[in-house]
Amino acid sequence: MANHKLRKTPLLDDLQKGPWPSFVKDMKQIAVRKPMVNDLLGQLELSYKERVGHWKHGGLVGVIGYGGGVIGRYSDAPEQFPDVAHFHTIRVNQPSGWFYTSQALRDLCDIWEAHGSGMTNMHGSTGDCVFLGTTSEELEPIFAKLTEKDWDLGGSGSDVRTPSCCNGMARCEYACYDTMDVCYNITMEYQDELHRPAFPYKWKFKFSGCPNDCVASIARSDLSVIGTWRDDIRIDQAAVKAYADAGMDIRADVTRKCPTACMRYDGKEIHVNNKQCNRCMHCINAMPKALRPGKDTGATILIGGKAPIIEGALLSSVLVPFMKMDKADDYQEFKDLMERIWDFWDDHGVNRERIGECIERVGLGNFLEAIEVDPKPEHVKHPRTNPYIFYEEYFEDDGTDA
Amino acid sequence: MSDAVTTAQIADEMYNLVKEYSGKKRFKSSDLTKEIIGKHGDKVNKKDCKAALRELMDSGRCVYGYAGGSFIALPGEEGAAKSQ
Repeated sequence: MANHKLRKTPLLDDLQKGPWPSFVKDMKQIAVRKPMVNDLLGQLELSYKERVGHWKHGGLVGVIGYGGGVIGRYSDAPEQFPDVAHFHTIRVNQPSGWFYTSQALRDLCDIWEAHGSGMTNMHGSTGDCVFLGTTSEELEPIFAKLTEKDWDLGGSGSDVRTPSCCNGMARCEYACYDTMDVCYNITMEYQDELHRPAFPYKWKFKFSGCPNDCVASIARSDLSVIGTWRDDIRIDQAAVKAYADAGMDIRADVTRKCPTACMRYDGKEIHVNNKQCNRCMHCINAMPKALRPGKDTGATILIGGKAPIIEGALLSSVLVPFMKMDKADDYQEFKDLMERIWDFWDDHGVNRERIGECIERVGLGNFLEAIEVDPKPEHVKHPRTNPYIFYEEYFEDDGTDA
Repeated sequence: MSDAVTTAQIADEMYNLVKEYSGKKRFKSSDLTKEIIGKHGDKVNKKDCKAALRELMDSGRCVYGYAGGSFIALPGEEGAAKSQ
């Protein structure tokens, strides 16, 4: 039984109708014991009624020494809804691959129940586990309790956002490199960049173990690391026969759907022209027992993906076609590349400009030259259909001034 | 640390910049770094400035703020809360 008067929410109540789960139902359960959530429902009802948001965002809120991990949020109607006058979000750095013990989840929930609204978002689009709604006074106590349990805050603002990855080799046979190890390694390497915003704008890493790209790194991260291989697709012709015997139409469902037409089925066996394969994964997904990625595995590094905020959405494009992702070398090749890119972005990026936008502005050629990466055919967008590709070394000086 | 410019000195100079321009200009980390390197030239580098910024933040003399992008400010009334 609530000690406070529960808000009337006729418009929100409509969202509880039908067979689907409703966040309103969940929030009403919490509102009985949490006045903050009761006022949250009240403010949301007002927003539905007036068709306008009532949140203010940003400001000077955080924990001492950190510039990320806390997103300041305030009500613009604090007199009407005093318990959500402050309603800050906290991002907690998730474990690589989102593997938790039940005890770890209990620890997080206990901390949040004691110091916040009790509402979480598991997980935010950044990958963090997100605590929704607390006051400025509670931030330091929450941080102290989180760190006591070996948790840390994630990124926010113009810093390295919490890196995230698919669960890779832990559960997936397609993983071409150890995504969880790289994600953890990079998270620890760039703690300073994660907690102390020093960039023109946000920087997101996402690590996918294979071209299926289960964390959608190509669309959601400035720096996508997508597993790949540079030798041949492994084929088990006996398994191919088994698929055919079981009734699979291999031509219709597999070979004719190959986007580069690099494979054919002769009625008995599959043949692949591996030089034409663009690692789309369709055939491997369709016949996982017969086809597998090659053995010489690593990752393709892509750059510039982002969702639309200031400018429109961009997909990442290839920067390094193949990198070995060498654990023994502590991923030094990758880290060296990051340092060169950040140096460039630091010098040439303008405020609130993502690296993809920066590259579009200065030109890919200038960017590659500055970060000491040689131009390659893979840098060309749509290389199979773009006839306008020139390299400087192909131009000969004819001695005249053009 | 190169030559005689100490981390503490850089931190002081950064703090003075933030204080002088408080309410007029929002400095990003890179703005402060460029100002300091512009002033001292080869005597300081980005790593020195990074260490100074960390000292500035850990001491509580400055805090990070957010208004679209992150910036460095003097501690004070919470920005978005002001207009309540």
